[in-house]
Amino acid sequence: MSSTTDAVSSAATESSVGVSRAPKKRMRKALGTIFWISICWIGVVFLLAIVASWIGLDDPNNGDFSLINSSPSWSHLFGTDDLGRDILSRVIYGARVSLIVGFGAMGLGMSIGGTLGMIAAYRRGAVDTLVSAASYVMLAFPALVAVIAIVAFWGHDIWKITIIVGVASTPLVYRVIRAATLSYATREFVTAAKAQGATDTRILSRELLPNVLPTIISYFLIGVATVIILEGALAFLGLSVPAPTASWGNMINESRTYLSDNPWLALFPSMAMFLFLVALNLVGDALRQSFDAQESKL
Amino acid sequence: MAKFLLKRLLALMGILLLVSLGIFMLVHLLPGDPTTTILGPNNTAHNRAVLMQQLGLNKPIWSQYFLWLGNIFHGNLGQSFITHQTVTNTLANAFPIDLELIVISQVVALSVSIPLAIASAKKPNGLLDRVSTTTSFALLALPPFIIIVFAVLIFSIHFHVFPGPGSYVPFSQDPISNLHTMILPSLVLAIGSVVIYFRLLRGDLITTLQEEFIVMARSKGLSNRYIMWRHALRPSSLSLLAAAGLNIGGLVAGAFVVEFLLAIPGLGYALVNSIQQVDYLAVQGVTLFVAVVVVVLNFIIDFLFTIVDPRIARE
Repeated sequence: MSSTTDAVSSAATESSVGVSRAPKKRMRKALGTIFWISICWIGVVFLLAIVASWIGLDDPNNGDFSLINSSPSWSHLFGTDDLGRDILSRVIYGARVSLIVGFGAMGLGMSIGGTLGMIAAYRRGAVDTLVSAASYVMLAFPALVAVIAIVAFWGHDIWKITIIVGVASTPLVYRVIRAATLSYATREFVTAAKAQGATDTRILSRELLPNVLPTIISYFLIGVATVIILEGALAFLGLSVPAPTASWGNMINESRTYLSDNPWLALFPSMAMFLFLVALNLVGDALRQSFDAQESKL
Repeated sequence: MAKFLLKRLLALMGILLLVSLGIFMLVHLLPGDPTTTILGPNNTAHNRAVLMQQLGLNKPIWSQYFLWLGNIFHGNLGQSFITHQTVTNTLANAFPIDLELIVISQVVALSVSIPLAIASAKKPNGLLDRVSTTTSFALLALPPFIIIVFAVLIFSIHFHVFPGPGSYVPFSQDPISNLHTMILPSLVLAIGSVVIYFRLLRGDLITTLQEEFIVMARSKGLSNRYIMWRHALRPSSLSLLAAAGLNIGGLVAGAFVVEFLLAIPGLGYALVNSIQQVDYLAVQGVTLFVAVVVVVLNFIIDFLFTIVDPRIARE
């Protein structure tokens, strides 16, 4: 627990404490509305990404060459890009990439890193020592540089990116979930379950998992936001899904060349990414705060 | 203390070896002939023979690794078959640029975030605190590649305050215009760090200010300013140091992004160019260099911890 990583993550967790009680209650109420708006927004983005092919959007990859770099209008609400493609349509289709990479990679990282973290914290001993040492070695390596190098050597289709980023996220996930599980693994209810003859699998899934779940969910959402930023950075360096597939990062990257002629090109994908990231951070943060409050009531 | 340092140094060596092994494997464990991968479009019989000789490819993989490692210790990271530049030369040209970017950005970030965090922590939930907390939360969702695009759009294209992409001038050639070009990317880089340092320090200070030794200091009649700087800020310097350490990886990534947009020939620019030219030897060299720098910097920061707080070494 004395590692620098843990120190920072716990300090970051506590960054919102210390505000006196009464205003906090009011803040939580105010957070309520924003929280539900954020949930709705995440839902809308998901829904649009799923039904994108059936709601009569223009083809995101084939444009109208007679109408390039046009400003927003009634026929093209967000305008068109340098190849006459509808920006609205590309922003919606682009959400697919961010969602698949973001949720896919964190899902992978959570299932490997989270499972290992819970097992290590519950069993301790040699397993813990070995996996923890491995996680430190992986953490020492700068993640983006590793991801850039592996993507460059291995190729960049959407599934490879998801797997690479997912694996790269495991050591951090492992440390967070391990720390969260540690605080429960020695509690009385675990001892009681053991005394009743519960198997390890049962204790991990029925006793520990429900307690660690709040940490898992809030960390998962904030992790998804981080992964979406990482995909954007890869795209900006020309290393995300290959053209002409739309992704928010790809669109921002493509907009660089036409900045002075058509700023809309940069604005809409940036707004889409920004609003989605804010929503994810807000929901993750609000969940964490409300769970913290529940814990302090005990 | 000496024993502690020795233990840490051994761990550092181990990590560096593993990192080098990982980067070596990147090229050698991939399906296909590594010579085809490394030579890329320049795959001629002559080049192939030179490369076979240089990498010792007819030997078993372990001796290849040690040959490669041995060459690195002699400062020889290989010579690109595409640009005909040695990788060491590329690194020597590009690294100072990143260093300049990162140092300027960190000076700016610390001189903004520390006073801002102190002012916010003085009145939690006051106007300044609420504005800066909300702003920093929003900025968390604005990665450098979005900020730099709009910064260039506003400051370079519209107002012509800063030069646009492709106007980099080496420092040795013209220090003034070099600094002028570097201001915009450094500021964009600084924003991310300000957000991290501010959020961390503000939370830390608010918690510390409720501690009993602060009440004690107040009852002694010490001034608020003195308490803030000498008593409250000092214990927080540890977590700030830790955050700075963790931030290095992100800074390097951010530097890559801003360099790429502004065509500043730093490491990120070199890396992306080598990737696009399928120049694997250069990619390998740059990756190894960046990884080693980050690992060593983190080691130094870890060591600084024990100087700031000697209790860590005694544990």
